[in-house]
Amino acid sequence: MTAYLLKRVAIAFATLVLASVVVFAVLEILPGDPARLMLGMNASAEQVEQVRTQMGLNDPLLLRYFHWIGNLAVLDFGRSYTYSVPVIDLVRERVAVSLPLALIALALSTMIAIPVGLYAASRQGRLGDTVSMGASQVGVAVPNFWFALLLIYLFAVWLKWVPAGGFPGWSAGIWPALKALILPAIALALPQAAILARVTRQALIEVLSEDYIRTARAKGMPYRTVLWRHALRNAMIPVLTILGLQFAFLLAGTIIIENVFYLPGLGRLIFQAITQRDLIVVESVVMLLVATVILVNLLVDFSYAVVDPRLRGRS
Amino acid sequence: MTLQTEIPREKLASLATRALHHKSFIAGFLVAMLVAGMAALSFLWTPYDVTRLVISDKLLAPSAAHWFGTDHFGRDVLSMIMVGARNSIAVALVAVGIGMGIGVPLGCWAAARGGLVDEVLMRLNDLVFAFPALLSAIMITAIFGPGAINAIIAIGIFNIPVFARVARAGALAIWPREYILAARAAGKGKALITLEHVLPNIATLLLVQGTIQFALGILAEASLSYVGLGAQPPMPSWGRMLFEAQTRMAQAPWMAVFPGMAIVITVLALNLLGDGVADILDPKSRRRR
Repeated sequence: MTAYLLKRVAIAFATLVLASVVVFAVLEILPGDPARLMLGMNASAEQVEQVRTQMGLNDPLLLRYFHWIGNLAVLDFGRSYTYSVPVIDLVRERVAVSLPLALIALALSTMIAIPVGLYAASRQGRLGDTVSMGASQVGVAVPNFWFALLLIYLFAVWLKWVPAGGFPGWSAGIWPALKALILPAIALALPQAAILARVTRQALIEVLSEDYIRTARAKGMPYRTVLWRHALRNAMIPVLTILGLQFAFLLAGTIIIENVFYLPGLGRLIFQAITQRDLIVVESVVMLLVATVILVNLLVDFSYAVVDPRLRGRS
Repeated sequence: MTLQTEIPREKLASLATRALHHKSFIAGFLVAMLVAGMAALSFLWTPYDVTRLVISDKLLAPSAAHWFGTDHFGRDVLSMIMVGARNSIAVALVAVGIGMGIGVPLGCWAAARGGLVDEVLMRLNDLVFAFPALLSAIMITAIFGPGAINAIIAIGIFNIPVFARVARAGALAIWPREYILAARAAGKGKALITLEHVLPNIATLLLVQGTIQFALGILAEASLSYVGLGAQPPMPSWGRMLFEAQTRMAQAPWMAVFPGMAIVITVLALNLLGDGVADILDPKSRRRR
């Protein structure tokens, strides 16, 4: 097991390094001179050259790469060209919106999907199964931004329960802030919940045909207990795998959803930074997101060992 | 999920019978054909010209003249959905083609060679999977400029590792089979075996995955054109129609409702079709589904 985990860590690290090379290389070929962008179109060639030297843009490629990586490692992301503030401050401010949003969405999705999956699996082939899986089939097909528009229409335009967009900031109080996040979180969670419910059901149905389930039933254990204690736990591996993958989808989903709701989160930051060619913000935030995805997938690998003791013995 | 290399005629007939009795396959197939037919029809005829702006007819509610209403430029929403279907289908289809065309050979190669080739290819796969696909698609379209072609490339790139993985997993299950051993004993090379024995046996898997990726491609294209990075005006696209509807939700909800339904129905049909194909070709999975 230790060997397995060590291998996973090594692979995760290698992936991270490769990803940094890719991000760096991609941004190298992006058109647009950051120095000129910063100084504006009226700056003279000498001024631009001076700033380029100051910013280290004239250094050899390899040196710049290692410089960048070294700074990233100590969370020094540099200064944004367009906002003229340290990128780390921008990121900190935006993470305070995006992270709660992603976590609420993840929690909502799990809270809906696991019970629905359990229910459908326990009524396999019957009406309840057909209806809930039919609904999940539709849920998978719904684009989250369209669902978001419908939610806005229903709850913000028509019922006026929540704002249609924007974010008052956490300083305005927990409740107003949460109110601004609830619709985006639901919009993000629904398609994910639909997929997760299907995976949960499938995994449960496979587990329910195992011998130990029959044994547990034969010794008189109530069906409900068998389902929760034996079946669900054993079905967790595929569910966790999908949850890990979905986290990446959630992060990407925030880019679209934050645009729908005008939320000042990481997704909107990166989208604006890309269109404004604020490369230093783009490369920092992309690396941050990629690192998060890699880390989450690594945690999923680790959690297999926690969930399934059988895996601990293997290497 | 594997098939015999040669499907006997009577088996083919039984597959057809099974297909005809598979409700979700039939439903998915018919609706998918309807959408494709609608897109094809739009080349010849649409209720209204989507490039002509009739401001006096703007924001009309659904009526007998305009079934799905009109948008803020007075364009007919139904006609725009029909023309937009072309764009969605073309982008998703070519993106699947790119994914299959590059991913399947890579996956088969990894499975046939094993060892270092396999390891390197799979690590590269991990690398692509570490980038949230939509984020990278946004970056790619931002670098090379927005447009349908770049959207296709951006979505296609992320189909490559998906197909590589499916092809590899499928091929790995085929290689230890006896008929492969027989083919090797007969002196056939790995490339020829892959072509003659492995590929036909993983075709089902690839077909099912292709349908899923096609559906995902339509969703991805809609997302990209929603943020303005897909097909550019005046070419209508479902995603941009939703973007334009957003600020007019209160006056003209039909502008958002119908294009969204078009996406949901198309994706739903493709998913049902994919599930159906998997079911019909592999009855073993039926009990589990």
